[in-house]
Amino acid sequence: MYGFEYTKASSADQAATVLKGDEDAKVLAGGMTFIPTLKARLAMPSQVIDLNGVPELAGIVVTDSAVKIGAMTRHTDVAANAQVQAAIPALAHLAGNIGDPMVRNRGTMGGSVANADPAACYPSAVLGLGATVHTTARDISGDDFFTGMFETALEDGELITAITFPRAHMAAYIKFPNPASRYAMVGVFASKGPQGVRVGVTGAAPSAFRFTAAEEALAANFSPDALSDVSMPADDLNADMHASADYRASLVVTMTKRAVSACLA
Amino acid sequence: MSHSISFTLNGDSVCVDVEPNTLAVELLRDDLGKTGTHVGCDTSQCGACTLHLDGQPIKSCTLLAVQLEGTDVVTIEGLAKDGELHPMQAAFREHHGLQCGFCTPGMIMSGVGIANRHGTPDDATIRHELEGNICRCTGYQNIVAAIREGAKAMAQA
Repeated sequence: MYGFEYTKASSADQAATVLKGDEDAKVLAGGMTFIPTLKARLAMPSQVIDLNGVPELAGIVVTDSAVKIGAMTRHTDVAANAQVQAAIPALAHLAGNIGDPMVRNRGTMGGSVANADPAACYPSAVLGLGATVHTTARDISGDDFFTGMFETALEDGELITAITFPRAHMAAYIKFPNPASRYAMVGVFASKGPQGVRVGVTGAAPSAFRFTAAEEALAANFSPDALSDVSMPADDLNADMHASADYRASLVVTMTKRAVSACLA
Repeated sequence: MSHSISFTLNGDSVCVDVEPNTLAVELLRDDLGKTGTHVGCDTSQCGACTLHLDGQPIKSCTLLAVQLEGTDVVTIEGLAKDGELHPMQAAFREHHGLQCGFCTPGMIMSGVGIANRHGTPDDATIRHELEGNICRCTGYQNIVAAIREGAKAMAQA
């Protein structure tokens, strides 16, 4: 690790102010990606601003219409929250199957979404539920948030403070995990509710995306059979030693069918 | 710039100066002599460095030492009391839940965490919850048996 200065943030706004004044400063959330990045000397921040312990950033509020999760809420706390389990069980299930227990005890929702790893689980739920991302500067529609591989709509010096996930009538998340890392080779979050039919896909492409062809078919007939003539073009999908683009394209359709089946179960 | 931090380590108060780019596991092993916490992969995969931070299992190779400020840390050295093995340690010995022993401290710290979360879990739950701990010797059979029986012993203790 290269050397850096370390400070604890007193608030999200204070951290954002420091970030605006120092383009080489970085914030530390759960650290499950950032600390390995530091160890591999892939990052050389001037200073690290630790968001752990900022009280207003952690916590869960469940209403009749939505689940609002603070950015620094850890995966284990989302997974174990009885109100989340009742309101959007698919979201609790998603959080409870990220990484492993030790990763879930540190990793945070805001860190995962801001990092926008192409294989992270949470981005599929942001799209699959039609979430709203709250930041220190504004509210961003989830549909506009993910812009590329590790790229988001966040501006310099803008931090996620919370995300509001609307409740759906039914929702499910199905992940085809990489057997070593447990990251999603393909993960599909499907829902039907006040936001219509939504299918959010992670792991398959440089960034999470909505599978609009499937959404249109499912809007007419919300069943796995409706997807029999729907295909996913392999153009622009990820390809690596674990799975070719064609295989990922096939997985997207298969995992979507399984997610719809799980919604109906 | 180094930071002066205070935390509780296996019940004892510790006050120490650390550099921001020091990992928690480096502080414990290199400066505080707690070498029972192992570094297997150094890439957050293997779980040999697992310890309990405020009661929760975490990977100490993926935590900055400065983040220990104000916390309660328990390492493998903190489990045995008055020369008597913790029930989970005793179960690993009884069921031979190890071969080379390198992953064992992390396995035991995770095993205690599994028992704390699930009481007396079945084998499927134990295997799922062990996703963050890698053993390259045993094939896991005896580790799972040790955690199953260790959890029962903890429930009876």
